[in-house]
Amino acid sequence: MNMEDITARRNEPWREELRKSMTAKDRTNIERVVMPELDAAYRITCNEEVNQGLTQEQALMEAKRCLDCPEPLCMTGCPVGINIPTFIKHIEKGEFLQAASTLKETSALPAVCGRVCPQEKQCESQCFYLKKLKKKPVAIGYLERFAADYSREHGTGEVPACAPANGIKIAVVGSGPCGLSFAGDMVKYGYDVTVFEALHEIGGVLKYGIPEFRLPNKFVDVEIETLRKMGVSFVTDCIVGKTVSYDDLHEMGFKGVFVASGAGLPRFMNIPGENLIGIMSCNEYLTRVNLMGAARADWDTPVLSGKNVAVIGGGNTAMDSVRTARRLGAERAMIVYRRSEDEMPARIEEVEHAKAEGVEFLTLHNPVEYLGDETGKVTTMRLQRMELGEPDESGRRSPVAVEGAIEDIPVDTVIVAVGVSPNPLIPNAIKELEISRRGTIVVNEETMQSCLPDLYAGGDIVRGGATVILAMGDGRRAAAAMHEQLSK
Amino acid sequence: MNKIVSKEYFSDKVVKLVIEAPLIAKARKAGHFVIVRVDEKGERVPLTIAGADIEKGTITLVVQTVGKSTVKLCELNEGDYIADVVGPLGQATHIEKVGTVVCCGGGVGVAPLLPIVQAMKAAGNRVISVLAARSKDLIILEDEIRASSDEVVIMTDDGSYGTKGLVTEGVEQIIKREQVDQCVAIGPAVMMKFVSKLTEQYNIPTVVSLNAIMVDGTGMCGACRVTVGGKLRFVCIDGPEFDAHQVDFDELMMRLRSYKEVE
Repeated sequence: MNMEDITARRNEPWREELRKSMTAKDRTNIERVVMPELDAAYRITCNEEVNQGLTQEQALMEAKRCLDCPEPLCMTGCPVGINIPTFIKHIEKGEFLQAASTLKETSALPAVCGRVCPQEKQCESQCFYLKKLKKKPVAIGYLERFAADYSREHGTGEVPACAPANGIKIAVVGSGPCGLSFAGDMVKYGYDVTVFEALHEIGGVLKYGIPEFRLPNKFVDVEIETLRKMGVSFVTDCIVGKTVSYDDLHEMGFKGVFVASGAGLPRFMNIPGENLIGIMSCNEYLTRVNLMGAARADWDTPVLSGKNVAVIGGGNTAMDSVRTARRLGAERAMIVYRRSEDEMPARIEEVEHAKAEGVEFLTLHNPVEYLGDETGKVTTMRLQRMELGEPDESGRRSPVAVEGAIEDIPVDTVIVAVGVSPNPLIPNAIKELEISRRGTIVVNEETMQSCLPDLYAGGDIVRGGATVILAMGDGRRAAAAMHEQLSK
Repeated sequence: MNKIVSKEYFSDKVVKLVIEAPLIAKARKAGHFVIVRVDEKGERVPLTIAGADIEKGTITLVVQTVGKSTVKLCELNEGDYIADVVGPLGQATHIEKVGTVVCCGGGVGVAPLLPIVQAMKAAGNRVISVLAARSKDLIILEDEIRASSDEVVIMTDDGSYGTKGLVTEGVEQIIKREQVDQCVAIGPAVMMKFVSKLTEQYNIPTVVSLNAIMVDGTGMCGACRVTVGGKLRFVCIDGPEFDAHQVDFDELMMRLRSYKEVE
């Protein structure tokens, strides 16, 4: 975050004029906008996006709330360093395209971030309204989405400016949010960037993981198309470490490699019966539905999604899974979570949306065993009731079993969403890499450089499971550091 | 997009496809597999690589029509394109000189067995191959296997070719006759289960190559999980080859039926 730049832009005459156009008191008296959303009864019948986005009037009004602070704390909460007051003030002035351009200066995926970022834990958590006025923060995320959507619908398709091509080839491993963010910055610096993707689609978790009703694929595709227009090349069906090796990349002339291969390995609980038919990881369930079109009539991939569906876990992926199950016809869709709702890592919005859609929350319950029929299909989930004990190292109160409190619940589908481990493909393929005990690639936290000078890494392969925006922040930091190294 | 260079019928249900995939041809080793998606709306299906030609940039797949996707794949002709072929995936076969190796293949399992037979022979082993099928017309790649084997035993269920009997009978005959240092078995899960049971009695180290339901093939989905030695393993990244005596075959066979009703 460059304070000089922030101040200079804030001091531009139009900004000063805009600030004076309304008193702070009038601004703070405006109520925070409420996101229009589809009716719950309707939305579980389809895959349409739940949040409908702000209208122009709503966006203009919400933008007025922003006080254009001289030291914008919100920006300290943004992993990719978006100049938040600048883009919001452009919205207030009705300059929606400029607002979008401001976003694109630092974010390769504004329409994505505006939808899936946990703003309440990041920018909005630092907002002056919340910190000092004890009021609801400015709806930065909604405004971000508004500007990004507006520019997609009304813009000229103009792409961010790039430095003249320097001819230096850079390889990116993985086309999820981290890899795309890195690719966007590197192509702006003038590099010749190629992104290698193992799957047949570009977008990583944005495509296979996050469902349509939260992030429609067509919006992800628009952002990818922008990167393409900026000069980024994409190669699908190519696994670095398998199809081409690290040495092959050198032979092909790549001078830098950025590994953003994600947290590809689903965790299971290793309890009896977990391999019964009908029990699967959230990755499998969501990939079948989102990437492979399992719920669509003329697509070949099937998915087991029954009438009584239990999803184990309390994160966003668990919410995505359980809400998907509801849409695929589950009459009883349950979240089973071993702690209480307060400890749930999922976004509050996701929890509320799930509840509105009729999802049951079995908090303070933990599966201990699954029972099946003679063909091996799961029929029953055996749950242990839990209570909260002392706080553990994560600061959350740890769940303790209530002795003898066991109950059986009929299920035909169980989706295990208890976290992921780093994908071992790259660590196995590049023996010289330093790997942590958890299986993540060890990097310098500031530069994201690994022990191999030309190999940088970021996102879940380094963090072991985090958010889209943190992964994107890693991509930006790695790009800046690699650029500096290659410019020497 | 990968072009089908040639197509040959081994039987009405078994087809050999040679596919353009230069990078995979170069990188693959015995034991590797690929994931194939026939068209835009197709499933991702794992298929073991039966051979490759680095010069021509092709790989060979032997496909048996068992479900919608394999039927679709086998309906394609020379010159047609497959939407996606990705690989090589999985761990390569551990090849070393151990002495005498019995390589047994059941049905289309002979196709992935071929590169292993070739590699085992090249490593200096005495290789005895046992090929088994229901009947003569389902015995595939016999000449290729013979070219890299010291001896070939053919077993058919109906006695239409070779000796009438099960693959295990053929293997046991050899074990009783001479010192066998290692066994490799590839075929239907039930066949591998019984070969494994047999060699366990004789304490012969045995490797099996498991087929499992997969989606991505890179460790991401966990659909292919199996229990090996009481531990959870993924066929796609930990396998496809495992110590046969540690594999829970009954669970594997149960899991292979996951989508039976949907198909």
